[in-house]
Amino acid sequence: MHIAIIGNGISGITAARWLRKLSDHKITVISGEGEEFFSRTALMYIYMGHMRLEDTQPYEKWFWKKNRIDIKKGWVETVDFKGKNLEFHDGEKMPYDKLIIACGSKPNKFGWPGQDLDGVHGMYTLQDLEAMERHSTGLEQAVIVGGGLIGIEMAEMFHSRHIPVKFLVRESKYWNAVLPDEESDMVTRHIRENGIDLRLETELKEIWGEKVSGKAQMIITNKGEKIKCGFVGLTAGVSPNTEFLNHTDLEMSRGIMVNEYLETNIPDVYAIGDCAKQRNPKPGRRPLEAVWYTGKMQGETVAYNICGKKVGYDPGIWFNSAKFFEIEYQVYGDLQAKLPETQSTIYWEHADGRKSVRINYHTESGRIAGFNLMGVRYRHEVCEKWIAENTHVEEVLQNLGLANFDPEFYKEYEQEVIDVYNKQSGKNLQLKQRRGLSAVLRFLRKKTAL
Amino acid sequence: MNIIQKIGLGIFIIGLAIFTLVPGMESYDLSADSITLPNEYHQAAFQKAAESTGLFSQQYTSTFALTDALKETFASAQSAINTQVESSGIPDGVQEWDYKLGDWKFKEYFKPEMFRDASVGPVSSNPYLYLLLTVGLGLLGGLLYILPKFTDIPGIKNNGIFHSPMTRGLSVGWRTFALGATVIGILFYGMSYMDKQWFWPGITAMVMGIITFMVFYVQKSMKNNPSRSASPYGVSAWLGIITGIYLVGFYILLYWAPQHITGWIVMVSPVSEMLNGGPASQWFLYGFLYTIIILVMGVRMMSKYRHNRYQLIRTGSVMFFQTAFAFLIPQILQLLNQPSMDFKNIWPLNYTFFFDWNINSLLESGGLGIFMLVWGIVLVVVAVPVITYLYGKRWYCSWVCGCGGLAETLGDPYRQLSDKSLRAWKYERFIIHGVLAFAVIMTGMTLYTYFSGVSQIGFISTGNVQKWYGFFIGAGFSGVVGTGFYPLMGNRVWCRFGCPLAAYLGLVQRFKSRFRITTNGSQCISCGNCSTHCEMGIDVRSYAQKGQDIVRSSCVGCGVCAAVCPRGVLRLENSGEDVNERAFTERAIHISEDQVTLL
Repeated sequence: MHIAIIGNGISGITAARWLRKLSDHKITVISGEGEEFFSRTALMYIYMGHMRLEDTQPYEKWFWKKNRIDIKKGWVETVDFKGKNLEFHDGEKMPYDKLIIACGSKPNKFGWPGQDLDGVHGMYTLQDLEAMERHSTGLEQAVIVGGGLIGIEMAEMFHSRHIPVKFLVRESKYWNAVLPDEESDMVTRHIRENGIDLRLETELKEIWGEKVSGKAQMIITNKGEKIKCGFVGLTAGVSPNTEFLNHTDLEMSRGIMVNEYLETNIPDVYAIGDCAKQRNPKPGRRPLEAVWYTGKMQGETVAYNICGKKVGYDPGIWFNSAKFFEIEYQVYGDLQAKLPETQSTIYWEHADGRKSVRINYHTESGRIAGFNLMGVRYRHEVCEKWIAENTHVEEVLQNLGLANFDPEFYKEYEQEVIDVYNKQSGKNLQLKQRRGLSAVLRFLRKKTAL
Repeated sequence: MNIIQKIGLGIFIIGLAIFTLVPGMESYDLSADSITLPNEYHQAAFQKAAESTGLFSQQYTSTFALTDALKETFASAQSAINTQVESSGIPDGVQEWDYKLGDWKFKEYFKPEMFRDASVGPVSSNPYLYLLLTVGLGLLGGLLYILPKFTDIPGIKNNGIFHSPMTRGLSVGWRTFALGATVIGILFYGMSYMDKQWFWPGITAMVMGIITFMVFYVQKSMKNNPSRSASPYGVSAWLGIITGIYLVGFYILLYWAPQHITGWIVMVSPVSEMLNGGPASQWFLYGFLYTIIILVMGVRMMSKYRHNRYQLIRTGSVMFFQTAFAFLIPQILQLLNQPSMDFKNIWPLNYTFFFDWNINSLLESGGLGIFMLVWGIVLVVVAVPVITYLYGKRWYCSWVCGCGGLAETLGDPYRQLSDKSLRAWKYERFIIHGVLAFAVIMTGMTLYTYFSGVSQIGFISTGNVQKWYGFFIGAGFSGVVGTGFYPLMGNRVWCRFGCPLAAYLGLVQRFKSRFRITTNGSQCISCGNCSTHCEMGIDVRSYAQKGQDIVRSSCVGCGVCAAVCPRGVLRLENSGEDVNERAFTERAIHISEDQVTLL
């Protein structure tokens, strides 16, 4: 059986690896972007000079041959689902028995005038990175539009080369749709202390370019301000990169619709990763989650399903991470930007304003809901177990050291977090369990009856 | 770079330039009574030859001119003795090899100290001035360059390391060429070093050939081509190449031609007088520079990682152990007329520890000597296994050791250049364990000879094994390649491929230690920062993305992988719980087998 995978991002590659682990089928991974799998989340580090493209590639070149995963470089123009054939840009055709579509996303463009000018780019592909590199020489001012994770990465990239950045964010604080107010304030402060000109509640209206060269030259904001710039970064989110599948029988609705087995409406065609939209997402989850981790899980799940071991896609308990300049961010569980009425929050912030711990719990039952960490590292497995087992917040607090994943000799703030809770509740809890691996492993081994 | 840093860099370059010129500034004036050869026939012949060549009546403007004159005089003395033998034979009761002046005697008779004492000129008359103009300016410039970094926002600062011609490294082809040329050069020089015995260089070349064969064909690296290169940049890292050549040159002079760096030795001599009461040798010069470099670059390391207390404390530790244990305490012992010892230098890194001259000198030095002997053995037999069991080999390699200290401070800018390919790992295992075996065999022969008095085992003499080990491993590998190749192959070339103590510590760490690096659930994004910045060339990411804990014999526990991880995925930990399950079986990250069968 020949399984073709369109896209060599984390989803497609994870699928290929698991298919190989579970089966002996012929596997072809197709991409027009680059020869080999690289970590998309590491693109920024190539530009910043922390790594080279090679360093972002998790597998050596011989890995693919050794594991009999064929790599095909080329853009798929369209798919003949009836004849089970892929048609490439150059006219070449490739038959398949099963098809996994893992073609990822592209940066959103909202019809801004001038959005297709030279010097206007998103930051998603290798080609985008090359474009940034090309435009960076002699660049005197960059403008970034969109206050998400890619926007701040782009700001950090230009900052690393001492290129002045004006960062336009629609919200009144950075990423306030996801981060609670205090964390949002913290990152907003941090962006500014890094010398980025952050413009809150500011939107892009249009981009002007030079007549002859077609190069972006200036933008106009919704407040009517004109900003001269040689580069405009568009980072207002992403959407599935599925244009090449328009006018086919594949059912799409801003994403390829899949059931819990990641099957599309067409037999033998699966979709995973950023381009796949769940028909019936799990409670509390969005139908389309364009993150690394879910892509990886879906890649593994689809491989099982193709190999005849049916298993439904279950993303488990939500987690994510990012880094805002120097501040690391981790989140575990259900942690809303606006605290639900049924939940309470414990928020501790370090005096330096670059570290914080937030623990949300259900007010009534006391069971833990989620963790939000800034500049402090917590253990994924421990937080996940507490949440899965509906652990009471007071038990969590007293054992909080189990979650601490900061390097050795780092100051431990668990008691300070407990003190916040004590102050709020009038209780007098004390930390019982300090940081340390042995206790963690004993805790993780322990099977608790749910 | 702000203006203060630019000034600092300028001052540093001026200091370095003057430093480089110092060995050429001196002249050399030998007097007849400054040469007393221990053999009366040789002494007489040499003094007579010196009269005819005019050795003592001239001032030489360079160490090379003086060496030439010494060689000429030596040759003249040799032929005079030979003529004597031909005409009137060897005097009664004298052995031929005592009477004749063999070629090998040249190195024995003319030591760098002689050059030092013959040195006249600006440096020997104003050593402090030159110390100020070289080391002083270097220090000042270095600190001016480093200290402003403390005003940055704390956090990982690796911007531009792969853009800089100093730190971007060489492509694998050029790197192989540089290494190959250096090794071949060392082997050829080794032939003359071993008094024209081709046996030792020959057998070494053969072992290297066997290892390459094993790696490429038996372990199938040939099939796994091309290997991931440590850098694809050709030879564009021109500053790094110049730095590498400078370092290689420094080590070659230091080990094998120290008479040519007499200027530097003279310059630091007053410091030596102050600390240990005697004039400087090339080893004092080396220790002095080594300590200063670790201190200054340690400050740099601290500025770079000052958000990370593990790095701050660890860097403080290597700075302390170098300054106190490796540098000051041995000086003080010497001042007190005691045998000098670096109390943290452990066999087999300290490969001369069981040499007869060391054992004898310790045994002759009373209580302190006996204590030193016992201490050295306890370190090997008790401290290494016990502490490594508790905390991993990092307790030594990145907290205490001098080689590690230099790698973690001076070498930090180059850590990303270590080769992460599987092929490099295969080479590493053969070579480092090969060196450990060589060290053990060499020491075994040494002790056999010490206790039995038999200096020859089969056709191999213990003295030659010791000599070749000292030359090829002790000087060539650890110094010339180990440090000289920092800018070309990363900062742990010696520690990763060559150090026999690291091999021993590594075996304990791999098979019986609580130490491991844990990975944080599924948070890894495979970005590669950890692998890139691993100085030991461990592909950390390959474990992290599978959620596996990392137990590797080579890991020195520097903690930089955990520091550079943008997602908080790695942590150095000490615990023996569940280590087999978590480190050695692949942990399916998302779907477990029971989940599948349930449906």
